[in-house]
Amino acid sequence: MKHSMIRALSQKKVNAPYPDKITHILVGTATCGRAAGSMAVLEAFRREIEDIKEKVRAWEVGCMGLCSQEPLVVIIKPGDFSVCYHHVTPQTVPQLVEGYVRGDDPCLELALGTVAGGNGDAVYIPELDLFKYQSRVLLRNCGYISPLEIDHYAAGGGYRGLAKALKLEPAQVIKQVEKSGLRGLGGAGYPAAAKWTACAQAGGSTKYVICNADEGDPGAFMDRVLLESDPHSVLEGMIIAAYAVGASKGYVYIREEYPLAIDRISVALKQARAKGLLGRRILGSDFSFMVEIVRGAGAFVSGEETAMIAAMEGRRSWPEHRPPYPAHSGLRGRPTLVNNVKTLAGVSVILQKGWRSFRDMGTQNSRGTALFALAGKLENTGLAEVPMGTSLRTLVYDIGGGIKHGRQFKAVQIGGPSGGCLPGDLLDTQIDFDSLKCAGAIMGSGGVIVMDEDNCMVDTAKYFVDFSRQESCGKCTFCRIGTYHMHSVLEDITRGNGSSESIEVLGKLAEDVRAGSLCGLGRMSPNPVLTTLRYFREEYEAHILEQRCPARICKELTAYYILPEKCYKGCDHCVLACPVEAVFSDDKGLKVVDQLKCTKCGSCELVCPAEYNAVIRLSPVSLVPAGRRTRPDTKEP
Amino acid sequence: MYSSILTESRRHPGHLIDILQQIQSRDGYLSDQAMLRVAGFLEMSSATVWGVATFYNQFRFTPPARKPVRVCMGTACHLAGGQLVLEAMARELKIEVGGTGEDREFSLERVACVGCCALAPVVTIEGKVYPGMTPPGVEETLVEIKAQSEAEA
Repeated sequence: MKHSMIRALSQKKVNAPYPDKITHILVGTATCGRAAGSMAVLEAFRREIEDIKEKVRAWEVGCMGLCSQEPLVVIIKPGDFSVCYHHVTPQTVPQLVEGYVRGDDPCLELALGTVAGGNGDAVYIPELDLFKYQSRVLLRNCGYISPLEIDHYAAGGGYRGLAKALKLEPAQVIKQVEKSGLRGLGGAGYPAAAKWTACAQAGGSTKYVICNADEGDPGAFMDRVLLESDPHSVLEGMIIAAYAVGASKGYVYIREEYPLAIDRISVALKQARAKGLLGRRILGSDFSFMVEIVRGAGAFVSGEETAMIAAMEGRRSWPEHRPPYPAHSGLRGRPTLVNNVKTLAGVSVILQKGWRSFRDMGTQNSRGTALFALAGKLENTGLAEVPMGTSLRTLVYDIGGGIKHGRQFKAVQIGGPSGGCLPGDLLDTQIDFDSLKCAGAIMGSGGVIVMDEDNCMVDTAKYFVDFSRQESCGKCTFCRIGTYHMHSVLEDITRGNGSSESIEVLGKLAEDVRAGSLCGLGRMSPNPVLTTLRYFREEYEAHILEQRCPARICKELTAYYILPEKCYKGCDHCVLACPVEAVFSDDKGLKVVDQLKCTKCGSCELVCPAEYNAVIRLSPVSLVPAGRRTRPDTKEP
Repeated sequence: MYSSILTESRRHPGHLIDILQQIQSRDGYLSDQAMLRVAGFLEMSSATVWGVATFYNQFRFTPPARKPVRVCMGTACHLAGGQLVLEAMARELKIEVGGTGEDREFSLERVACVGCCALAPVVTIEGKVYPGMTPPGVEETLVEIKAQSEAEA
């Protein structure tokens, strides 16, 4: 591509909300960026450009979705490349300001690549595998516009969807959503239009809309990113939904643990009110709508719609029998529409760009895109949005960049505590509501955790069951006691106390919990157990029959051992690092781990210098050679 | 002392959680006295107030430490060795998980997910995120923090 062409492209693509003629510095300051130190970077930029304020502006933007590269900064320069820099620190800021803001050196050595246009020296980011396979529809503004500026959102077509909707009859708006094929993106995949129709047709003059932002799955953070990076797109979807079902009041039910998202949505609400997009007679129509924020007090089950309504009424977050569905009788007994953050963001896209553009993506039964939080043992962690129908393999290898440190892939856990662990030979499974369900996982919350050979599947199942056990609200006996029992059987297995019946008992408990629980949390809590039993049964058997943990993770079945042939007697790292004085020197000065004292904290393995690499883990523990198990004066176990 | 929170507009059972959140954000915890006061205000039984408060993870019933330590036990952190970090913290601080030190300097708890999975395993101390934690790293970090607070004193 020629430089001039790239310039033209760069101007066309990047400058929409950013006035030309001045340089713009975008600093990603969502939660993950802040954790990596982006606020200090932003301050450093503001300090450095103090004297050229009229020509340069620094903006807070949301999350670009590349968590592993944070803090991220983009410099948009009029008539030149827009360059994205990664791992920026306050120390590298002066160089960037001198180099590219004041001068003409794009400092490519600090850059991840160019955002619009590339020149042989620099990587063109949209062409990276990481982005090539993505379709950023819900994420289109994330990390690009400032979530604190309603004008930025409007510059990209924001609130045009609402304006369009208000010119239609409510039933026609629902028709558009129906034609788009949008299904609830909170996990269950219920057709959005069907829910809307039920609520619209329910009697009564007072109706409510609730935006479900109670993202409780450990390992999922898409809703947080959307609210932190592009709150207006969620709000616009919510106002459209309210108009379509005839609601006059809305609530954003959001986790207390997301303080920044609460902040950003509060700012968005104020701005929307000031512009006449909320309140009385919105945009001159007869439609009035107000939105309030409700902060959740921390309970995983609150993500279930009837439990959420209970929490909003000041009660324990206990799910209720359905029917009646909230669409007929919800908050305070009134018809209530509950939609997830992503679903509502999808609504604004459908109304802005037309239902066809949404319907054209994805598969027959799952239209549009799926949004995932990639975490675990991947090279690239962060957010990914792919068209429905993309394979898990693309998600893990092309977008995720494969497994870190060249390790072997073992499993992908999809859908959080209610989801399932899928093995390598199911990587060609399509991502859509039905295919995932078929494989034993669910779309669920959208958390995707990739595991490598160093992760134990029994331990993973135990982890998720433990989560469900702690978060069980206690209403149904099968969920309350069943998850407790499943956890204790798994605990026995990981400790080497499993018996030949353990697997059968687990399977039976899992079926009972599934059948005897009222809500999705309970019904789906056995999924991690069922899928690991189905796909990784040999790991269970190794624990039970051989007292062996193949990944060498389960403490009771694993021993730390120092290879005498690799150990260097002049080095004392492990001795000093051991918190319980379990490492001692033998008569030759080589180190030995006293198995009676060792608490298996892993410190010795971490501090052993790479040139020796003498500390290894053995499982079963009987592999530790006799004579190197304890101090010579104690009796060997 | 609760008059700014227990206002007439909140005198409805639906506001219970909101009221408890306000009290905790001001006092740092929910004392028995505060919950009894709320029960009286909303004309609810104190058992109901207690039942709701203890249902949710957010509420605590003992005064917080000056430097709360939270070890993330989200999925990504768990897989990256969060359990070892948690155990190292408990050992170094000499505080049980869920407990507070006698001098109220540190408290230790496990939390479900702080939302920065790319930096796993993660610990937050006084709200500051410490990424990529290891058992030896725990010791170093605590030494640094203690040295810093001594220097300030």
